[in-house]
Amino acid sequence: MGIAYLDHASTTPMLPEAIEAMTAQLGQVGNPSSLHAAGRRARRVVEESRETIAGALGARPSEVVFTAGGTEADNLAIKGLYWARKRRRVLVSAVEHHAALDPAHWLADHHGAIVEPLEVDDLGRVHPDTLRAAIERDPDDVALVSVMWANNEVGTVQPIRVLAAIAHEHGIPFHTDAVQAVGQLPVGFAESGVDAMTVSGHKVGGPMGVGALLLSRGADPVPVLHGGGQERDVRSGTLDAPAIAGFAAAVQVAVENQPATAERLSTLRDDLIERVRRAVPDVVLNGDPVNRLPGNAHFSFPGCEGDALLMLLDAKGVECSTGSACSAGVAQPSHVLLAMGQDGVRARGSLRFSLGHTSTKADVDHVAEVIGHVVERARRAGILI
Amino acid sequence: MTHSTGESIGADRPARRLRVLAAMSGGVDSAVAAARIAEAGHDVTGVHLALSSNPQSYRTGARGCCTLEDARDARRAADVIGIPFYVWDMAERFHRDVVEDFVSEYAAGRTPNPCLRCNEKIKFEAVLDRALALDFDAVATGHHARLVDGVLRRSVDEGKDQSYVLGVLTREQLAHAIFPLGDSTKAQVRAEAARRGLSVADKPDSHDICFIADGDTQAFLAERLGAADGPIVDAMTGQVVGKHQGAYGFTIGQRKGLHIDQPTADGRPRYVLSIEPVSNTVTVGPRASLQVRTIVGERPVWNGPQAEPYEPIACTVQLRAHGEVYGCRAQLSGGELHIELDTPATGVAPGQGAVLYDGDMVIGSATIASAA
Repeated sequence: MGIAYLDHASTTPMLPEAIEAMTAQLGQVGNPSSLHAAGRRARRVVEESRETIAGALGARPSEVVFTAGGTEADNLAIKGLYWARKRRRVLVSAVEHHAALDPAHWLADHHGAIVEPLEVDDLGRVHPDTLRAAIERDPDDVALVSVMWANNEVGTVQPIRVLAAIAHEHGIPFHTDAVQAVGQLPVGFAESGVDAMTVSGHKVGGPMGVGALLLSRGADPVPVLHGGGQERDVRSGTLDAPAIAGFAAAVQVAVENQPATAERLSTLRDDLIERVRRAVPDVVLNGDPVNRLPGNAHFSFPGCEGDALLMLLDAKGVECSTGSACSAGVAQPSHVLLAMGQDGVRARGSLRFSLGHTSTKADVDHVAEVIGHVVERARRAGILI
Repeated sequence: MTHSTGESIGADRPARRLRVLAAMSGGVDSAVAAARIAEAGHDVTGVHLALSSNPQSYRTGARGCCTLEDARDARRAADVIGIPFYVWDMAERFHRDVVEDFVSEYAAGRTPNPCLRCNEKIKFEAVLDRALALDFDAVATGHHARLVDGVLRRSVDEGKDQSYVLGVLTREQLAHAIFPLGDSTKAQVRAEAARRGLSVADKPDSHDICFIADGDTQAFLAERLGAADGPIVDAMTGQVVGKHQGAYGFTIGQRKGLHIDQPTADGRPRYVLSIEPVSNTVTVGPRASLQVRTIVGERPVWNGPQAEPYEPIACTVQLRAHGEVYGCRAQLSGGELHIELDTPATGVAPGQGAVLYDGDMVIGSATIASAA
């Protein structure tokens, strides 16, 4: 039995088109900011990539700010818009990735922000009424709203267009982290109405270490990285032309293939859920059963420790994730599951299987074959307290 | 080199491929131990035990196995060896069974050995139980000791021998333990680590108590038990000869730091003879008064090849880590271990382990309850 890689939400294999586009640039010289021929050549690669990404995501090229990945883009959006707006309230959903939550809490600790987590229901959804009520407590003091397009752990898709419209009723900028959504869901920047959107290279089949913040006109964050001002004076640092070329190729392919990918992955995913349920009748599927990422299956296994499941599955050739962040490798109960009202014990017994462009029925068969035995073993080891 | 299940760890191909969980502290010993078992063809998984719920990063002068840096060192070693690696959060168990036990033992006037308790309760109970439940056959550690046919023996490196802190393990625990380093000296282990490309090869040895980062046990105890003035009484005269800030701060046999503010009756140095926590009294006396010949141990463990000695047997006993070895006669009776020493010992502290040996072979142990 080979390896079943089911951790695409963590990172997904690079698409052949992206590898080709990137490697074609790696041997070339030229700083995109240089004025000579080598610089102009590199600049052309970057600008064509910018146009490709803008086209694929329904944005204007001038709205694409390249960053060194999703975390930097989230930091730029949240810190930058907070500082630019000179208002105190930062409304972020309680289920955001740490790349969004931690900058917000850092602003509260060091720069006078008041962070107000937007509660979610038991499926992980932010209700429009929740956002409206939060804003209306003091609309004039809201710096920004940040709600992710789709959750990285449980896969729940948020009603982004509705939420952005509510923020706009009060003239408040709206940021969304869309790193999990691009390539799995239809994502249109202008059409969604958001003011700022985070995209990551390696989540869509591009290289690691590159991403972008899409910024609509009028959304002018204060820079986080200061220096040469290469990206609209909002972001400094020499542009990584090879990575950007690979990123653009990946976005283009992922977006083109999105409808077919979504259909294929959701069929595989539903089969996976069905067969895990058959093997482990008391398993609980977390997240929104309907409006969820096509490649996401997130379970709680009562009586098990997620870490034990992960280790046993790894030994059986199944690579997945607990989906939550680690500190020193020690699993903490997921803040996402806790925000969804789960208790700490159930939260710690959770696993995320995430499918992507290389996933096959053989991967699902592999999980179905081993999961029953693995859960039985993990139950014997019990909960680590 | 053998372990309890009879296979040779050093062999090219083991008689049976075991699933082994290697406890990796981030130090050189446990890294080489894991590498040896993996090389012997067993299916090895490395596990680092997170023992502190609040691991400090890069504490200067921090020692032991509780820092983020140690966890990273262990992970790096596992990567070089080529084995899977996980961190198990044992902080709560460790706090309850080792740290709290340590504090309450001192509060009761005893002198605990937390390494011994950690082996007994964490590595070969909490970790071993979990490992067995998860389908592992054994737990391996980097202790310097040998296991020959399930019997614990001293390391060939006398200076590094750790059989004393393993002497509390039961036969059942030892049956699932592997100590791959017992036939090597520490110098050989370091040289092997360097040869294997393990970056921890020249990492300093851990000393002292891993959960007291700065090594200041007195301050650690004072923070948890508070300070309370009490008398220091001379056993020869019955007179109060000084005062202290907490009886728990002392150990039987201690000479330094007594703060006796007057000359002693016989002009000779004073040593701590006893600690009485209820009246918060520390009794001191001359060195001769420290000598004991009779030791009573509680919670005896009989883990060697011999039958339980309900009649006295002649053997040797070690009364503290790296301590002297005394000839003795030992006997189990009434759930206690009674030890008569051939020659008197000094500085025998309740709470420490008394580990019995037959030559270099561990035959049993108990926790010292009293000595006279």
